[in-house]
Amino acid sequence: MKQLLILSGKGGTGKTTVAGAFIRLSEAKAYADCDVDAPNLHLVTAQAREPKRTAYYGLPKAEIDADRCVRCGRCEEACRFQAISAAEFKVDPFACEGCGVCELVCPVLAISLKPAQAGKLMLYREGDRVFSTAELKMGSGTSGMLVTEVKKQMVEASQEGVQLAIVDGSPGIGCPVIASLSGVDMVLIVAEPSISGISDMDRIIKTAQRFRTKIGVCSNKYDTNLANTQKIESFCAERGLPFVGRIPFDSEAVKAVNRGQTVVDVPCSSGSAVREIFRETLKLLFPEGVGVSPGA
Amino acid sequence: MKIAIPVDDKSLNSAVSQSFGRAPYFFFYDTETEESDFLDNGAVASQGGAGIKAAQAIVDNGAKALLAPRCGGNAEEVLRRSEVVIYQSLPGTIKENLDAFAAQRLVLLSDFHPGLHGHEK
Amino acid sequence: MRNKSPKIAVLSGKGGTGKTLVSVNLASVAGESLYIDCDVEEPNGHLFFKPERVCEEGITVKVPEVNEDLCGGCRKCADFCKFHAIAFIKDKPYVFEELCHSCGGCALICPDQAIDERERVVGRVQRGISGGVRVSTGVLNTGEASGIPIIKRLLEPHGLQEGLPVFIDCPPGSACAVMESLQGADFCLLVGEPTLFGVHNLRMVHDLVRLFGKPEGVVLNKCLAEENPAELFCLEKNIPILGRIQFDNELGKLNSDGRIAARERPRFRKLFASLLEEVMKEVGHETAAHTQR
Repeated sequence: MKQLLILSGKGGTGKTTVAGAFIRLSEAKAYADCDVDAPNLHLVTAQAREPKRTAYYGLPKAEIDADRCVRCGRCEEACRFQAISAAEFKVDPFACEGCGVCELVCPVLAISLKPAQAGKLMLYREGDRVFSTAELKMGSGTSGMLVTEVKKQMVEASQEGVQLAIVDGSPGIGCPVIASLSGVDMVLIVAEPSISGISDMDRIIKTAQRFRTKIGVCSNKYDTNLANTQKIESFCAERGLPFVGRIPFDSEAVKAVNRGQTVVDVPCSSGSAVREIFRETLKLLFPEGVGVSPGA
Repeated sequence: MKIAIPVDDKSLNSAVSQSFGRAPYFFFYDTETEESDFLDNGAVASQGGAGIKAAQAIVDNGAKALLAPRCGGNAEEVLRRSEVVIYQSLPGTIKENLDAFAAQRLVLLSDFHPGLHGHEK
Repeated sequence: MRNKSPKIAVLSGKGGTGKTLVSVNLASVAGESLYIDCDVEEPNGHLFFKPERVCEEGITVKVPEVNEDLCGGCRKCADFCKFHAIAFIKDKPYVFEELCHSCGGCALICPDQAIDERERVVGRVQRGISGGVRVSTGVLNTGEASGIPIIKRLLEPHGLQEGLPVFIDCPPGSACAVMESLQGADFCLLVGEPTLFGVHNLRMVHDLVRLFGKPEGVVLNKCLAEENPAELFCLEKNIPILGRIQFDNELGKLNSDGRIAARERPRFRKLFASLLEEVMKEVGHETAAHTQR
C-alpha cells in the first residue's frame, strides 16, 4: 500500500479540500486525517456510521492528595511551570508537564503522576473502506505521537491489497508533520502564492527531502497572485521538483465544501484542475501504472 | 557478538519493523552461541525521546550491531557513542537479514532523520 | 471606566483565516500601539511591518550539565527523566538538550550533586518600530520543541508599552502555545471565515476562550454574498460580531505581497479604523465584567 501525504506548511491553503477530492476520485479504501489539533477531513467525506473510539493518553499529570498534603509548599516552589497554586495546593492540568519533580520533593508522598487522557482516536469503517482520525483534547501537547497512532490505526485496519492510502497532513513544519512523514511514499505540497506561503513551502520541502520521499507541488488559488505563482514554479524547476498543476480561485469550491461535498462532486473550475493534478500525481506515485481509477 | 533487530512479532518469521524507536519488540541474536531473545520495547508508549530510550535498551542488552530500516539522529548518537554499529536492514524477515549480515551483504545505515521528539507544546 | 490600553489577543484556530491580516492592520490604524507576534514557529507580522532599529534578545532555558568528576554513575538522573533527555553511555549520563523540558529534576535527584544547570538559547525576541507601532517578534529556533519560554518573555511588561493598546497575534490551534498567548489578555478577537472548516475551527477556539473566561468578539473575514456559516454560529452562540471584511481581491493581493493594506489604501484604512472602534467599544463594556483565569 502506497501512502500519499498532503501537506502545505501554511494553514488555509486548501490541503484538506484537495485531500477530500483525491479520496473521492480514487475511491480510496484507506485514508487518514493527521491534523489532530483541528481535524476537518470528516466534514467532506461523508461518514455513515459512528466510529470506534479509543482513548489516547498523553503526558501523565500530577495530582495532589488533599488528605495527605501538609501544605509545606515545597512542590509549588520546585515546580518550574507554575502548575501548582500556593493558595489551593492543586495542580493545574493545563500547565503541568508531567515532569515528576513535585512527586520527588513532596515529603509526605502526597503527589503522584496519573495517566491523563489527551485525546481520542476514531476509526470509521464501511465495507472495505477505513478512515482513521483523532482529536487532541484542547490545550494538550504530544500531537506528534497521536499522529503516529492515527497512521498506525489506518495501516492496521486496512484490507489486504489496498494500493493507495491518502493522508491529510497537519499544518506547520513541526513534530506532527515530521511524524506524518514517516513511512510515506509521496508528498503533495499545496502551496499558496503569498510571501508567507512560499516561505513555509521552502521549509516543508526541506523537511520532506530528509525522508527521501517523492515530492510534487501544486499551487492553489494561483490566480490571486500570478507573480508569486511564477516564483513557486521557478523554485520547483530550480530544484528539479515536479510541479503538478495549478488550481484557480473558485467560489464554487467554497460552496461545495460548505455543503460537505468535495470539489469534484460538482462541475467547477477548481474541480477540473484537481482532476488533472490527481492524474499527474498518480503518474509519479505509480510510475509502473496502477489499478486505481483516476476518476471519470 | 550480539545483533539487535527491531521487529513486529515475537517470532523468527517476523518482518523487520518499519520503525526503530517504536517497534513493538527487539530481537537479539548472539552470533557465537546462536541464542536468540525477544524483548518488549518500553519506548513504544513514550511521549517523546522514544529513539533514545530504544537505543538505551539496545546498549544495555550488550548488542554491538543494530540492523534497522531507519533510525533517528538522537538514537544514532546514543548508539554511535556506545560503539554499536548500525546497518541498513533489508525488507523481509529476521532470517533473511541475519543471513545477509553473515554474508556481509548489508551496508551501513547512512541517513538519519531528524528526531521525532515529542513536541509537547 | 474605559480601558485605553487593552491587551487584545487575535486568534483564529487555523492559519489562513486572517488573524495576522487583522492584528497587523488594527495595530497600524491605532496610531501608537504595540504589536506582539506570539506565533513563534511561523512569525509573519514582521514581514509586513519591516521594523527598524531592531534590538534582539536571546531567550534561554536551563539544561543540565554533568560534572563527570563528581558523578558516581548511579543512573538516577537518566531513570528519572520523563522526557528521555538523558541517556547512559559508557557509565556516564549523556544529555539530549533539545528534549530537555528544564524541569530541574535531574539536578535535584543526583546524590552526588554532580548536575548543574546552564542556559541554552532556544530562540530570540526582536523589538523594533514601524511608524507608531512597536513591533515585538518572537522567533523559535528550528528543531526546538517549545516556544513557551519565548511567548512568556514577549508578554512580560516592557518599558515600550506604557499606556498603549496591545495587539497579540496568536499561534494557530488551541494547544498550549495558544493558551500561553492568552495570558493576561483583556479581550479575545476571533477571526472567522465563511467556510465549513472555518466554523469548525472557530468553535474550537471559542471553547478555549470560554474555558478561560475571556470576553470575546468576532470579526468575519473573506465574506461573500451567500449565507455565512460562521455568522450563523456567532448568532447561535451569542458572540458579538464586531466587523465584517468582504472578500476583496485587492486586499488579498496586498496581503500576499506582504503589504499593510491600511497603510496603502484609504478604503482599507477606513475599514480597519471602524473595526478598531467597534473592538474598543466592546472592550470598554467588557473590561469591568470579565473574570480572570
